[in-house]
Amino acid sequence: MENAYFKKFGPHTSYQLDDQERSDRGLEPDKLVKTHCCFCGQQCGMQLKVRENKIIGIEPWEEFPFNRGMLCPKGVKRYLQNSHPDRLLHAYAKDPSSPEGFRTMDYDEAVKKVAQEINKIQAQHGYDSFAVLTGASLTTEKTYLMGKFARLCLKTANIDYNGRLCMVSAGAACKKAFGIDRSANAWDDITKSDVIWIAGSNVAECSPITTEYIWAAREKGAKIIVVDPRITPIARTCDLYLPVKPGRDIVLFHGVLNIMIQNNWIDQKFINEHTVGFEDLKEHVSQWTLEKTAKETGIDEKSIMKAAELWGQASKSFMLHARGIEHHSHGVENCLGAINLVLASGRIGKEGCGYAMITGQANGQGGREHGQKCDQLPGNRDIENPEHRAYIAKVWGVDEKDIPRKGVDAYEIFRKVDRGEIKGLLSICFNPLVSLPDNNFIRKMLEKLDFYVAIDFFMSETAQYADIVLPGSLQEEDEGTVTQVEGRVIKINKVVDSPGDARADWKIIQDIAREVGRNHGLKFEGPKEIFEELRVASKGGISDYYGITWEKIEKQMGVFWPCPTEDHPGTPRLFEPGSWNPIAKGAGPFYFADGKARFHAAKYSPPKEETDKEYPIILTTGRVVSQFLSGNQTRRIGPLNDQCPEPFVEIHPKLAQHFGIQDGDMVTVESRRGKADFKAMVVKTIRPDTVFIPYHWEGKKSANQLTNSAQDPISKIPEYKACAVKIYKSAREVVQ
Amino acid sequence: MSVSPEMAFFVDANRCIGCQSCVQACAECDTHKGHSMIHLETIQREDSPQTVPVVCMHCDSPTCAEVCPADAIKRTSDGVVQSAKKPRCIACNNCVLSCPFGVPKMETKFELMMKCDMCYDRTSEGKKPMCATVCPSQALTFGPKDEIIKQRQSSTPVNEFKFGNQHIKTKVFMMVPKNTKEQYIDVTASMNDSSISQNMEDHLADVSLDFLGE
Repeated sequence: MENAYFKKFGPHTSYQLDDQERSDRGLEPDKLVKTHCCFCGQQCGMQLKVRENKIIGIEPWEEFPFNRGMLCPKGVKRYLQNSHPDRLLHAYAKDPSSPEGFRTMDYDEAVKKVAQEINKIQAQHGYDSFAVLTGASLTTEKTYLMGKFARLCLKTANIDYNGRLCMVSAGAACKKAFGIDRSANAWDDITKSDVIWIAGSNVAECSPITTEYIWAAREKGAKIIVVDPRITPIARTCDLYLPVKPGRDIVLFHGVLNIMIQNNWIDQKFINEHTVGFEDLKEHVSQWTLEKTAKETGIDEKSIMKAAELWGQASKSFMLHARGIEHHSHGVENCLGAINLVLASGRIGKEGCGYAMITGQANGQGGREHGQKCDQLPGNRDIENPEHRAYIAKVWGVDEKDIPRKGVDAYEIFRKVDRGEIKGLLSICFNPLVSLPDNNFIRKMLEKLDFYVAIDFFMSETAQYADIVLPGSLQEEDEGTVTQVEGRVIKINKVVDSPGDARADWKIIQDIAREVGRNHGLKFEGPKEIFEELRVASKGGISDYYGITWEKIEKQMGVFWPCPTEDHPGTPRLFEPGSWNPIAKGAGPFYFADGKARFHAAKYSPPKEETDKEYPIILTTGRVVSQFLSGNQTRRIGPLNDQCPEPFVEIHPKLAQHFGIQDGDMVTVESRRGKADFKAMVVKTIRPDTVFIPYHWEGKKSANQLTNSAQDPISKIPEYKACAVKIYKSAREVVQ
Repeated sequence: MSVSPEMAFFVDANRCIGCQSCVQACAECDTHKGHSMIHLETIQREDSPQTVPVVCMHCDSPTCAEVCPADAIKRTSDGVVQSAKKPRCIACNNCVLSCPFGVPKMETKFELMMKCDMCYDRTSEGKKPMCATVCPSQALTFGPKDEIIKQRQSSTPVNEFKFGNQHIKTKVFMMVPKNTKEQYIDVTASMNDSSISQNMEDHLADVSLDFLGE
């Protein structure tokens, strides 16, 4: 059965469209379409070459200001996902009697079946027994629609999204400290900075274009500080490398702040005028002496001191962080620690001074603003706030009471399946069987569901467990907006039509709503109409898109939100002195009633699972440049997959020697939750107490069999970046 | 149509992040689709993630052309050393063996030497080569020579090389750091030693070695 399944659904790797036997095989395109990459949050502008409704290649788009033609290998080869042999061209129903495990199904019948099952489950177990999982790679229009569909059609509280594994710690911290959840600057400010602190971000592999911004600053003399348990390519040539022990970032931030306070390297005037809570924080960080900080973080005292000297005495500085400090059971605290360093320096809201979290997914920013989170309504409104509820109820033309209350996060949805409280699931743009921690538990939960419908363009590892699979659209087959890493709203253009029975995701969702029998407010003619409603729904909210139109995006090559009116140009840099926002109403630049930012005396707690005698080594996980997230797309693109076809485990020679492991040996990595074999990469570029495995693979190759599902209590982000493992040479040898 | 004399190509290994975007983009060229002409070298992965992209350096007196018995390799007046001409190339491999930078590749399937021609189809029309357009770290850069040298104050552009007794001048510049900076080659250099020994080696000291599989 597995072979038949593979033959039908892959993953197969695609290469060029035509034969391999000629050296000059260039086809003339019919047209070039300007759009953006389908992968990460950098959202590089690019042109796709189209010939006869097929994408045959790419051409750089040098005029687009963010990337100016630059692309990483994923962008260069993304076109190979189009016309792919694994593409889902029909609806499928699970069928154990079929050799492939599925049989094709008429699309309309499949939608009717989905609606019947939803109605059946909800009639028996209540509305909340049916859950929805969505994703931050969807356009903002789709994410808005998903939130509305869940609340108005399914009437379920339980909708959440895969940004739960990505941006939520940074988002929560930003709201707590600044009152707004967005990177504070356009990337140009990075190039004008004197000191750049990069905390927990493998910039070169996870946000490659950002590298050039950092190098450009360095050419002008900027000092680069990189905090990471691994010497990544960006760390290789930095001015100061701090090899932090996984899970101890907050201690480093506190320790550095303490040195800054002791040396008066803080901006007391800014602190007095624009912030609240510094005295408490000052008291709190005083415990982190240099010696204690060095001991806890595993970084030598000299380097910590140097970091404080560089950051403390800078005239312009920029703080960048990513999942390395966020994927922790105290991820929000880590981010607050980073923000404390920024606020204490007073260097924000000015040219060359700022703060940014580097979003991971295509729409990591926009996808977390307009209502597909379990606790949120459009415009980054709070689903438990009566005024916010009333406003959205008015936009949606429903009674406020008809909007469900707060639901649970993506991981908790599976725990509710375990407890029998959730019986049915609809998923789109989410591959939790690969991407969630402790994924052997997720597999059991997928098997336990009474009914599961997946919308996808390829049969993902998770969709393989679905009762019905509906063929959705690739990014290039639909249009809409996304908000990239800087907070710039950009336009994705339609390049080709969907093949076979596949169709735009928003059509599928509205078809289901119609068949369920509740499609009030879900009769949009297209993404543009959805965007027009979203503008109104976001109006007056913190994520205010009201002044953004598709035409304006095209004209300006992107519009930075907040953009409250049509004559407003957008806001590339937040928190400028004298700036106005709807919360402070002129009282100050930050998004609180008094206009002041908040310091937080963030508490340090080590990772939930510390090392011990049985599991003495820290496992940390992350990405490689040629694969993307759960790999559902990139593992099918030949040249990208060839660049890194298998996961591996990075081990320091000291640790490798202790276990008799040599480079290339198969090593079993075992945690309390599972074990798996990986090829050893013995390198001096990782802490000897830590091993690293990239997480893009499925099944027995999946790093997330081992990871811990402990979550941050505020953001609910899982602790991917630190758990305890043991390692040993595998009994099985490599078969090449 | 020729490449403007004001424009120059720079290779800056200091910036390279090893992403292979150049390699992937090179293979997208319409004149050799599916075949990359760029070599991306990993120097010594155990010690460092350092990588170096190698493109044709476009020598003033190209050794590859000098050793070609079929006169298949031409240098145009703008200094670009063209890839071998299909009707002339006899696939003898002389160029592959003699190039001091190790650039040309023999494609036995086509019985043809293939190498970087600085994307002549693009650069001769005023565009940048594909690799230098996409390179996310701009380790490969193509642009106005004076402007780029001014922007990159920390590097010295070098285009003269010595291989034994052979002195080579190239059209492409290699960026060399002006001041040798601190390089991190072992993570432990900046670690707090006591922390390692307490947290890890204490644990490991008691770890049973039964599972080592010896």
